[in-house]
Amino acid sequence: MGKTPLEIQSFLERHLLRVEKPGRYTGGEYNSTLKNWQETPTRVALVFPDIYDLGLPNLGLAILYQDINRRPDALAERAYTPWHDMEALMRREQIPAYSLESKHALTDFDIIGFTLPYETLYTNTLNLLDLAGIPLRSAERSEEHPLIIAGGHACFNPEPMSAFMDAFVIGEGEEVMQEIINQVQESKSLQESRSVLLHRLAKLWGVYVPTLYSPIYNPDGTIQAITPLDSATPAKVQKRIVAKLPPPPTHFIVPSINVVHNRVSVEIMRGCTRGCRFCHAGMINRPVRERSIPEIVSSLEEALQQTGFEEIALLSLSSSDYTHILELVNAVSDHFSGRHLTISLPSLRIESTSVDLLERLQGSRQSSFTLAPEAATERMRNTINKPIPDQMLLDTAREIYSRGWKTIKLYFMIGHPSETLEDVAAIASLCQAVISVGRKVMGRKASLNVGVSTFVPKPHTPFQWVAMDGIEQIQAKQELLRRRLGGPGLKLNWTDPRETMLEAWLSRGDRRLSSVIERAWQLGAKFDAWQDENHFDLWQQAFTEQGLDSSFYTHRERFIDETFPWEHIQAGVTRKYLTEEYRWSLEGRLRPDCRNQCYACGILPLFKDLRQANPGEGWKCPEVTAGKIRSVTIPLQETL
Amino acid sequence: MQRIRLTFSRSQPLRYTGHLDMQIVWERTFRRARLPLMYSQGFHPQPKINQACPLPLGMISRMEVLDFWLQPEVPLDEISPALLPALPPGIEIISLAEEDLRTPALQTQVTSTIYQATFLIPFSADLLDQSVFTFLASPQILRVRRNKPYDLRPLVHNLEVLQTSNPLNPHLQMHLAARDGATGRPEEVISALGYDPLDTRFERMQLLFGEQ
Repeated sequence: MGKTPLEIQSFLERHLLRVEKPGRYTGGEYNSTLKNWQETPTRVALVFPDIYDLGLPNLGLAILYQDINRRPDALAERAYTPWHDMEALMRREQIPAYSLESKHALTDFDIIGFTLPYETLYTNTLNLLDLAGIPLRSAERSEEHPLIIAGGHACFNPEPMSAFMDAFVIGEGEEVMQEIINQVQESKSLQESRSVLLHRLAKLWGVYVPTLYSPIYNPDGTIQAITPLDSATPAKVQKRIVAKLPPPPTHFIVPSINVVHNRVSVEIMRGCTRGCRFCHAGMINRPVRERSIPEIVSSLEEALQQTGFEEIALLSLSSSDYTHILELVNAVSDHFSGRHLTISLPSLRIESTSVDLLERLQGSRQSSFTLAPEAATERMRNTINKPIPDQMLLDTAREIYSRGWKTIKLYFMIGHPSETLEDVAAIASLCQAVISVGRKVMGRKASLNVGVSTFVPKPHTPFQWVAMDGIEQIQAKQELLRRRLGGPGLKLNWTDPRETMLEAWLSRGDRRLSSVIERAWQLGAKFDAWQDENHFDLWQQAFTEQGLDSSFYTHRERFIDETFPWEHIQAGVTRKYLTEEYRWSLEGRLRPDCRNQCYACGILPLFKDLRQANPGEGWKCPEVTAGKIRSVTIPLQETL
Repeated sequence: MQRIRLTFSRSQPLRYTGHLDMQIVWERTFRRARLPLMYSQGFHPQPKINQACPLPLGMISRMEVLDFWLQPEVPLDEISPALLPALPPGIEIISLAEEDLRTPALQTQVTSTIYQATFLIPFSADLLDQSVFTFLASPQILRVRRNKPYDLRPLVHNLEVLQTSNPLNPHLQMHLAARDGATGRPEEVISALGYDPLDTRFERMQLLFGEQ
């Protein structure tokens, strides 16, 4: 298509009023960065493959955007997926996907980096490449085209998208993104071919170049081995981490239209020590690293000054576990109260202390209080390693309602390994018990929203061997909940099992899924993360046409020694540890929080040099001195 | 307590920001400028920012007005230096002035507005002249907006075709009512004249304040 920024501007000028929310497509927000295109040698487009409203607040891209733009020799601009109306208009007028800042076509960039935090963005990724006029498959591209890379949580199983990406970042992107830019610059100055550049990238810690590996399949379709094609390529790709969390971003882009999160976000810590066995994030984000209270407070102060946002979010996978959470909450509250700010602290533990924390932080009452028990029987809780006694939940609920919150949100998951209908029925009974606590406290004003998602056995977790429920089983469980969870004040939300299946195939798939994804996209699948966009039949058709059975990926219990499609991706937690965790789950045996004692998940030996170079409280793994892991047991903290 | 009247222009980068979103854009701007905005009392305190008159989506403006309240008071000559670096792209300050606390709300003071329309598709100025003449001569112009029939004619004070150097590119100046419950919309006028508002660009030139 090859359109100039001027042509794209003129298209926008003529057509934007024809689409819904035109402010999504214009850029020009406060803190957006427009650098001199001609004078900046390396140009990177950062893409969130869904609409602006969802993509703008993405923290990962915000970090990379600021880091790259800080370099004098590189620039970063943004692109998002146009909504249906805009896409139709762009295709009709032959306008390619473009960046919001300078309105350059994506083909004008040196690097296009997609963030793939979840799998249902895959078809949108292909759609954007197509809308940019870029060949979808890496094999069809050359040094004429931008380098296409992806990162984000979903990339810990990169195989389903392997045909389309030139390289994946496995793990944390802050440092490796800079190294990729350096390599691209060097390769460009030497006028190297694409293949030479890819070999360069494959040598970077945390970069996976799929074309340099090849899988061998067993006759039954399982994988025998995935091996590098030459000896210069590492057999395993180790995930990247930053030894110390870098200073948090503060110059967030301030949108001029309403988006899903209008706020300053700061990660108070990365990783989680709890070890819930279904939790992908909890396994792949180890080790746990915390930021200090002064760093958090001063970066919030700076970010508020730079943005004027009305909301602060203190992010982590499990806020209550932050070592000095009480002190942090006090510091944030002292510093920011009386300034008409909303402060949120998600992922709190189910205990009455959490109510104190949130009350301290929020001064005026927020609309609802969210807790995630995930399961409702002791057996299930032991299986998933998230033990919370009913009584503790009920006591916490009573505390929440009696301090004036009118709504509690509870998140549960159905489909856990070995779950029975009794386990599901227990969710309903527990919710009924919670709402009756609420009624006792505040009468009919009390309400309870119950969100029930469906378990997907994620790669790199102790449950990666598990066969998941079929659609009929899931429907039966949801029907049971619908029957028993009615009545005033109670609201139930659940996930369409067909959406869950799609997430499962894409999470667990191997390289053969690339053709399925491409076919599904050709048949019209996109915006798969949107509830009202159901393309289940298209996906089934795509599987059939590619001669693959979707249930092979989801409904088959794996042999304990099966080679997974993600076997060559090292998330740091060893297979031995995951196997043990799987066995323990079958025995209903709990694994305590590893903050108090190291259970040798494999992270520390892998990163012992980094730990040694970063002693002290920042990491929650034991200290390493003289290359030796100290086998001391940290005394059990008093749990509040 | 202090009431400040801010007159400003609004251009391209904020063209697609609606009235409610603009309120938030201003709130963030004042917060970045560290000006002590006053908040309303009550359960959900709101900042005291009062925009004169919504600018329809897609339009730019040479003159917008808003009032804001500060407490504690800030010397007037310190406000502009604080505000300037905090302004979002697309806003330029025309003037800042102290306003009497007792004057009525801005919305009630503005009584009419002047818009200028330019056209993306070339056509003869004579043709436009003709339709403007017919429009102004009509006793009523019945239209339907959001399923409600109404008479557009009394909301139009005057229309004037402005010749430009290009005879196929005339501009249209519109003087429209902007009173509570009686606001003339420029794109409605363009439709009534037989042109497509999507092929028209609008600029608000002026807000006119009525007699007290």
